[in-house]
Amino acid sequence: MSAFADQLLVLVMLINLVMLGTSRLVFSIRAVAVQGVILGILPGLINPFSGHLAGITAGIILAKGIVIPYLIGNAVHKAQIRREVEPFIGYVSTLLLGAVFTALSFAFAEKLPLAPEHKDLLFVPASIATLLTGFLILTTRRKAISQVIGYLVMENGIFVFGLLLTEAMPVMVEAGALLDLLVGIFVMGIVINHISREFSSIDTSRLRALKEE
Amino acid sequence: MLFALVLLPLIGALFAWVVPDNRLRPLTLPVVATIHLVLTALLVGNAPPPSPGGWIWLDPLGKVVLLCISLLFAVCAFYAVGYLAYRQKRSNRILCMGLLVCLSAMGLVTITQHLGLLWVALETTTVSMAPLIYFNQNARSIEATWKYLLICSVGIALALLGLLFLAYSTYVAHRDATLLLGPLMASARELNAGWFHAAAIFLLVGYGSKMGLAPLHTWKPDAYGEAPGLVGALLAGGLVNCAFLSILRVYQICLASGTEIHFFQQTLVGMGLVSMAFAAVFMAHQSDFKRMLAYSSVEHVGILAIGLGLGKGGLYGALFHLLNNGLTKGVLFLSSGNIHRSYSNKTTDVVKGALTRLPWSGGLFLAGFIAITGSPPFSPFISEYTIVSSAFIEGRHLVGWLFLLFLVIVFIGMALTVLPMVMGAPPTDTEPTDYEDRLLTVGPPFFMMAVILVLGIWPPGFLVTLLKDGAVMLGAQP
Repeated sequence: MSAFADQLLVLVMLINLVMLGTSRLVFSIRAVAVQGVILGILPGLINPFSGHLAGITAGIILAKGIVIPYLIGNAVHKAQIRREVEPFIGYVSTLLLGAVFTALSFAFAEKLPLAPEHKDLLFVPASIATLLTGFLILTTRRKAISQVIGYLVMENGIFVFGLLLTEAMPVMVEAGALLDLLVGIFVMGIVINHISREFSSIDTSRLRALKEE
Repeated sequence: MLFALVLLPLIGALFAWVVPDNRLRPLTLPVVATIHLVLTALLVGNAPPPSPGGWIWLDPLGKVVLLCISLLFAVCAFYAVGYLAYRQKRSNRILCMGLLVCLSAMGLVTITQHLGLLWVALETTTVSMAPLIYFNQNARSIEATWKYLLICSVGIALALLGLLFLAYSTYVAHRDATLLLGPLMASARELNAGWFHAAAIFLLVGYGSKMGLAPLHTWKPDAYGEAPGLVGALLAGGLVNCAFLSILRVYQICLASGTEIHFFQQTLVGMGLVSMAFAAVFMAHQSDFKRMLAYSSVEHVGILAIGLGLGKGGLYGALFHLLNNGLTKGVLFLSSGNIHRSYSNKTTDVVKGALTRLPWSGGLFLAGFIAITGSPPFSPFISEYTIVSSAFIEGRHLVGWLFLLFLVIVFIGMALTVLPMVMGAPPTDTEPTDYEDRLLTVGPPFFMMAVILVLGIWPPGFLVTLLKDGAVMLGAQP
């Protein structure tokens, strides 16, 4: 089963690159939803079946695959925008950076003192690559929605690492973390809505009234 | 009984949601806050033993933070009734609910011994405060809310990664991953050093950005500047202390490991000094007095970090300062909120002669300024003195001298903003507003100022014992 898990992790990394290359927000949201669903399937592939596991799978797929994409999609719809325009660094450059980061994360993961049973799996490089991709999106894109997507990708990267510890994490903590993420995205959606009403745009580079004179 | 600390505010939040009347709804706050304060007093006096699983236990460190939060919230709750009477045009449902949910989450932060649960509670405080910063619903406050939400969310996500690293270090060491404080401390010496080191860094960065340690403080001036005074008070006195408690938990594990603690302490001292330096630079020529308070908060989280990083005698000072800083910031933010309402402006270009126009609020602001800059006889003087003297006792002369230097610069910078604000003649050409000092907007900060004075002159015996117990948990000599 772990071979299949590795294939899915490769898919996660490919989705990272896809997101770096596209300007269409709806497409990015779908991509992040697919990533969320894969994250939900993965724990079932590397751990023996249990009620705890089924709960996690259902929770992650529901939150990351359905509810959160719906919330962001809603915000996009209300703000009536489709594309990211003029990111601070262009698409091709970020795509190349993303590829370099992915390669580096493989090299880095080799050096980490992993437990022997995790040595041959792709979880750690995939986690680091996804985390860095999230950072890249977060820092290079102008639109508030793209930044939320970047935050989500980053969170996905952290989750991939967390999958190594699925058995150890108490349900309450996992559920709480998911719920916090959900409410956080919900609030961000509302804030985006207000930004678009206040500034007639969700371009965060217009948010610059507050600074030191 | 401990669960009541979490459940009671949640019930209050539900109640606030149901009450339709905008005038009656804020009354939920003082009712919940008073019961919460009584509960806190009972629990601090006689804490129940740890829960069977070891998840829930109100230890001395939690007690100190709980005491500060509960007292500060009670004062803010009474103030809120008076404040919201002036803001009747705007629905206060979200504000009341957010405050109560945040109180519940802050309570959970103080009583839990499970780092995962602590993280969940801390993230809840972040999210529940976001709509409150946006209470004024204008372009500036939305910008502040966005920055706060994004930076704190990313910061706290990094802390989650740190927690996972910590759990993984236990997994590599003995195949049994845990995030419970007790077992973590017991097995701290066997943890995988590499993962543990990475965990400590990520946790410090994550919780540090939530606490506002420089250079991760960039959201702070914006959020504190645009939030209503009482929200600013809870951010600076409540959330900061919750984040500090999270850092204390990491500190406990580092201490138990024996090796990691040196690095952790050095980093804390370094970040603390950088915070104080940033505050000293940006405090000068600060015309917006709420932003000035934000930089003062950056300075004081720096002081907390230095106290913790010095260890030994500094620990008592840091824990005492946690309480003093929280309460004094409460006085400053509440009275500055009054001044802001009265002038409907928060820059020193317009706000002049507050002492003449608003003798009570202006006087409290001035007293708060004197206290926060570390002048006797107020309690921040004692805690700051304890920290700086411990620096010299430990032979850390450079740290001690820099600490004093930054304190002086901050004092001058802050005085240059505060003194013109409160002294002199009030402007004659400004639009008069309907705000005037009343019992409910002046009484609560006045009470808190009195508490600070009492703590400075005659700190009660039980508090001294509590702070000493807390310091011992962090490795001070008993």
